[in-house]
Amino acid sequence: MSFLDIKDVRIAGIATALPKTVVRNADLLAAEGKKKEEIDGFIDQVGIIERRESQRLTATDLGCEAGEKLIADLGWEKSSIDAIIMVTISPDYTLPVNACILQDRLGLSRECYAQDLCMACSGWVYGLSVIASLVSSGNAHRALLFTGDARIHWGTGNDDLLFGHAISVTAVEFAEGADGFKFHFGTDGSGYDAVIMPKSGMRNISYEEDYERKFSDLRNQCSKEGIMKGMDVFAFSITQVPKSFKALENKFGLKREDFDYVVLHQANMAINQRVVRKLGIDPAKAPTSLAYYGNTEASSIPATITSQLKGKIEQGKKKLLCCGFGTGLSWGTVALTTDNIVISDTIEVEENRFDDIKWV
Amino acid sequence: MKTIDEFVALFAEQLDDTDPSTVTAQTKFRDLEEWSSLLALSLISMVDEEFDVALKGDDVKNSETIEDVYNVIKSKI
Repeated sequence: MSFLDIKDVRIAGIATALPKTVVRNADLLAAEGKKKEEIDGFIDQVGIIERRESQRLTATDLGCEAGEKLIADLGWEKSSIDAIIMVTISPDYTLPVNACILQDRLGLSRECYAQDLCMACSGWVYGLSVIASLVSSGNAHRALLFTGDARIHWGTGNDDLLFGHAISVTAVEFAEGADGFKFHFGTDGSGYDAVIMPKSGMRNISYEEDYERKFSDLRNQCSKEGIMKGMDVFAFSITQVPKSFKALENKFGLKREDFDYVVLHQANMAINQRVVRKLGIDPAKAPTSLAYYGNTEASSIPATITSQLKGKIEQGKKKLLCCGFGTGLSWGTVALTTDNIVISDTIEVEENRFDDIKWV
Repeated sequence: MKTIDEFVALFAEQLDDTDPSTVTAQTKFRDLEEWSSLLALSLISMVDEEFDVALKGDDVKNSETIEDVYNVIKSKI
């Protein structure tokens, strides 16, 4: 059992940036020649009507827009930001990491701590624990946690209809005396192949004897194509999420009914409805962004907060219970109290917004 | 643990278009006309709820009859 209790830290605000381009699942399925009943059945089951997808905007493009907006809304001096972390599986490059690129694009101080975490569905909760650890000592006063993915295509059948592009940024700051965050984490690497991009790393690259061919092969072998064992993910989610809630509640003497909102990773409707039922919470307290965003991976919890809880949680204190779960297999649950949190208006970014920048 | 007959009855409850009286321990469930991935998820949910066992996709795919699924559950308890 892995628990963390990090005090003297608070979430100051959250912002989300999305590509402006909307892709409707019904249109994609109709173009494949699917019948209306099949299309309605699929959309009913996964709960995803449309998603945001961009062919051009990367995670730092969207991150840049979200970051600028949130920094302005908070009224933070850029020079006061001591650390940035990005949680993504779709960095602009494998090297360097996105957090370094964002330090420059956002005009942050060169005295800035910057790193990426390569995680997906559980990534916001994990990222929050890392950034909170940096801030809670008061050494780093202000920090930005970027989460989410862009330009990813799963490319295998209907799995590609689940994921949407979005980058969120969560601003975290030192706040002496604040309750902070209480976490439970877990990992089951035996399910590593339940959600996997088999050709995304070094495991499945085949080296040829011939030096020249080795390099031409490498060039063609890396792929972000993902595969998923749907039934395994379903079984994992509906069993592990309630167990994680129970573990957190037992450890810290919490009760889920005392929370104003339960914000779950947005996997798909079949999984989320089932989890909400098993948790025995009022569905009205479990907001969802699936219908119009799809599964936005490490952004799904903050993007659900910015899209569904804007206007509901900014005043005073609100208690949130959030759980991320998925590829790894990996899961994390966090209990936190917001205190006059800033929720920025969601930013929609035009496809050609950054066309004038020349990148390597 | 529930008996095989109780499990067969629970299994039959998940089905919409199949007459429950025709469902037995020897029924090859994947040959049922209405069998679908959604029904597989219902089965996994039911097993989670009734037996506190997490079935894997392969457990369902590698089972032929309802009794085979029951035996997998038994082995995981």
